[in-house]
Amino acid sequence: MIKLFLQRIVLGLLTLVFVSGIVFVAVEALPGDACTAYLGRMAKGTRLENCRRDFGIERPALTRYAEWTLGTLQGDFGMSLSRDKPISDIIGTRLRNTLILGLSATLIGVPLAIFLGIIAGLWRDRPLDLWISTIAIFAMTIPEFVSSTLLILVFSVWLGWLPGIVTTPPNAPLTEFLSDIILPIIALALVMTAHILRMVRTSVIDVMGSDYVQMARLKGVPYWRMVFRHVLPNALLPTINLVALTIAWLLGGVVVIEVVFNYPGLGRLTIDAISDRDLALVQAIALVLAAVYIGLNLFADLLTLIVNPRLRTMRH
Amino acid sequence: MSDTTTLIRENAFVKLLNILADMVSRPSGLVGLSLVGFHIVLAIVSPAIVPYDYRVMDSLAILSGPSAEHWLGTDNLGRDILTRTMLGGQQALLVTSIGTVIAIAWGGMLGVMLGLIGGWLENLVMRLVDAFLAIPWILFLLLIVSVVGLGNAVLIPTLAFFYGIPVVRMSRAATHDVVALDYITAARARGESRITIVIKELLPNVLDVLLVEAAMRWSWMLLAFSSLSFLGFGVTPPTADWGLMIAGARSFMSFAPWAVLAPVVALSSLIIGINLSADALAKALGIDRAQKAPL
Repeated sequence: MIKLFLQRIVLGLLTLVFVSGIVFVAVEALPGDACTAYLGRMAKGTRLENCRRDFGIERPALTRYAEWTLGTLQGDFGMSLSRDKPISDIIGTRLRNTLILGLSATLIGVPLAIFLGIIAGLWRDRPLDLWISTIAIFAMTIPEFVSSTLLILVFSVWLGWLPGIVTTPPNAPLTEFLSDIILPIIALALVMTAHILRMVRTSVIDVMGSDYVQMARLKGVPYWRMVFRHVLPNALLPTINLVALTIAWLLGGVVVIEVVFNYPGLGRLTIDAISDRDLALVQAIALVLAAVYIGLNLFADLLTLIVNPRLRTMRH
Repeated sequence: MSDTTTLIRENAFVKLLNILADMVSRPSGLVGLSLVGFHIVLAIVSPAIVPYDYRVMDSLAILSGPSAEHWLGTDNLGRDILTRTMLGGQQALLVTSIGTVIAIAWGGMLGVMLGLIGGWLENLVMRLVDAFLAIPWILFLLLIVSVVGLGNAVLIPTLAFFYGIPVVRMSRAATHDVVALDYITAARARGESRITIVIKELLPNVLDVLLVEAAMRWSWMLLAFSSLSFLGFGVTPPTADWGLMIAGARSFMSFAPWAVLAPVVALSSLIIGINLSADALAKALGIDRAQKAPL
């Protein structure tokens, strides 16, 4: 099992190295460079040359990639062109804010999704399941910016219960975010719950139809004992990986939600960086987000290894 | 020879009709297909039937509520919201339907080829696919759109590329299920070329999976497209587009909720319609795994 552990970790790290390569190549391959992008129409003559010299862009791409990677390993992402600050300083608090948003939504969304998914799966095609599944389709398909806008309309414009737009500065202590963060969390948890719920439901239905559950039934195992002993462990295990993938995939939605609520996280920083054409900052954000994604998947893999008795016995 | 060809064509046509009939017989399929059909028809005929010009600004009727002249009210520039909502799906439908077809075509083809050829090439490409999936889609889309520029000529290939990547994985997995079966071995034994095997044996058998995949991808792509529009990286003003309209009307939400609600309802109904249709299609083709369970 230790070997499997190590394999997964090495694979995760390799993917990260590879992603850094893709991001670097993508930025390189696009027309223009950080200086032309940043200077815009003023990118001419000495001004462009000066900028390129200052940021060392005229050197070979491979050298810059090596430097960038080495710097990144030490937590130094370089300087942000548009903000004149080290990128790591900018990203730090933003990452914290986004992680809090994501983590809270996960803590609410995942247990809720598992609970509702099990109910919908066990009572398949009954009214309760139809209600849950239909609402899930709605929650899953409506774009995040639409659901967020509706949430603001209902809870802050009409009812006036919660602030619709975050005005707290990015580096404020967490306690000041408490009332600001509720609506973004609901918006994110809504999509997450819907996606995971559908997976859990399908998984439960699959397991309910399997031979060993039929066997348990024929043997006369009491229904709830069968559900808890045979169905749930087998139904929930395969969803661990799917849950991680879904959460990671929803990172894209976080960007939109943060913009709608003006939430000072990594997502809004992405949009700002792209609007400012600050490619160094964009590269750094891409890498951080990819690291979060890979980390999540790794965590899910390891969790599956630990929880799954079939894999646990592999050391013998 | 020509007889068999027409026979196959007729069969395909009959099969399509059967699938449609099956979809319509389910409530979700009926609702879904009606919504999608309604939106497609609306996108085609709306330029001829809209009451106003979508660009015309009426400075006397800024942010006015629903009335006899403006059934759904006007926006912050005094433009008729009914007109703009009717036209707002055109770009989205155009870009995402072309994008989906391209995505499924290249992703499906590559996946089938990889599944057939296998070996180190398959492993290499699949690692690449995994790595690409590790980068948040929105980041890449934004990056490309912001550096290369806006417009459909950029959006369609970009969306088609990114949404084709997961399709590679799907169609490769579907091919693996088929490739070990006897008729593929038989085709190989007959000495058929790889291209023939792909076109005649593999593609028809993974087509069902690809169709369902296409329906799902279409709805995701629509979501991505309208999100981009909303963020200001999609359609450029003054084009009428739901995402753009919602972004523009958001600031006036507290006193002009109609301006935001009309495009919200339009966009949501289209996306829900596509998803309901996709679910019904999956069930009609027997792909839904839940269908297999006897309970």
